[in-house]
Amino acid sequence: MSDKSNSKPETGVFFARDRAWHAPAFTPGYKTSVLRSPQRALLSLDGTISEITGPVFGHSILGELDNDLIHNFAKSGESAIGERIIVHGRVLDERGRPVPGVLLEFWQANAGGRYRHKKETYLAAIDPNFGGCGRAITDEDGHYAFRTIRPGAYPWPNGVNDWRPAHIHFSIFGHGFAQRLITQMYFEGDPMIWKCPIVGTIPDRKAIEQLIAPLDWGNTIPMDARAYKFDIVLRGRRSTLFENRLEGN
Amino acid sequence: MVQELGYLKETPSQTAGPYVHIGLTPNFCGIGGVYEADLGTSMINDKTLGERITVRGRIFDGADTLVKDAVVEIWQADSAGLYNSPAEMRGTADPNFTGWGRCPTSAEDGVFSFETVKPGRVPYKDGRRMAPHITLWIVARGINIGLHTRMYFPDEAAANSEDPLLARIEHRDRVATLVAGQEGPVYTFDVHLQGDKETVFLDI
Repeated sequence: MSDKSNSKPETGVFFARDRAWHAPAFTPGYKTSVLRSPQRALLSLDGTISEITGPVFGHSILGELDNDLIHNFAKSGESAIGERIIVHGRVLDERGRPVPGVLLEFWQANAGGRYRHKKETYLAAIDPNFGGCGRAITDEDGHYAFRTIRPGAYPWPNGVNDWRPAHIHFSIFGHGFAQRLITQMYFEGDPMIWKCPIVGTIPDRKAIEQLIAPLDWGNTIPMDARAYKFDIVLRGRRSTLFENRLEGN
Repeated sequence: MVQELGYLKETPSQTAGPYVHIGLTPNFCGIGGVYEADLGTSMINDKTLGERITVRGRIFDGADTLVKDAVVEIWQADSAGLYNSPAEMRGTADPNFTGWGRCPTSAEDGVFSFETVKPGRVPYKDGRRMAPHITLWIVARGINIGLHTRMYFPDEAAANSEDPLLARIEHRDRVATLVAGQEGPVYTFDVHLQGDKETVFLDI
């Protein structure tokens, strides 16, 4: 947690999730969801202390190259092959406030669309200098950044000729377990985005657009790496002015 | 026109996909040398207070087939009922207990497993006490948004009978889907994503 300000940690209950904005569980265009989607209604519950609280990780867990996917798996003096990019942005909550000190984890395919995973059988080659994972913790302003290579598109066994758009997976913690989120970042201008059944699980076009990172020319480093900006919004917290005090009962 | 509320929309969830292990548990899937150890593999140490238990289980899809590519995270109070979180205002949790664990389901037998301690009771909003429970969060290929559920303990029947969350389950035969099996210190919690045995999942 940031101790930049002297304000007390926030302990309010999270805003209810807008489940019409998120993808529903059952999305048959994405075939695996058919048997992995609950059919019964979710049991709704205003957050308790079990959801308001959550794990927070200190910077001590981070290694020097954790946010550099170009080098964190590469042999000494070598680097991953592909388009060098910087991905950065802020983690905010729904009230627009920065969320400091939260762990983000990223994973992705290499420049050819090949994942380093034993279940992956795509014929594109493994890059011996690319692992595909990284992590970072947001600073006091909620900002994070990492360096990587732009992932390639890859085919997957869903429809006969389905291909995933280039994407980077994100896992974000927040400050409460109810904020836990996994999502995918896409790249501005990729025509594959609008053909993808996984993207298409999200019903609202505006929600999909929230997953598309624009090219950030201002932060592009000349002769080195282009930049993409990807801001992430986690659930906001209610103010606690008129809440029952959890600790006081 | 009225003033605008000005809230942002939450970033929409997407599936974790089949290669979630690369990002969350790289050592587990053979990507060594990037992180010393996978996060969440160890919740306790020699000094952790409380009763040592093992929590293990499997996840089944709507055709009763094992889900072998999921990642399960758990979050729980320490043995005194305190959470190891900055938002915990009632006291300081056991510094030798993380409260959080992460485990992939095995590619061979689909089992996930945690070495932890039995959690103490924590208060509900109105001051009633909830029964001891562990919160689970499940992600996998085919799951568009992470599924929250809770595991309760079969040897806490009295507490379970007054638990505010369990009391809200209208179809009483479904309460059993949130109560683990037990053999000594080993609790077994199987999750059914869909169908007749479907686990109660939470919108929290």
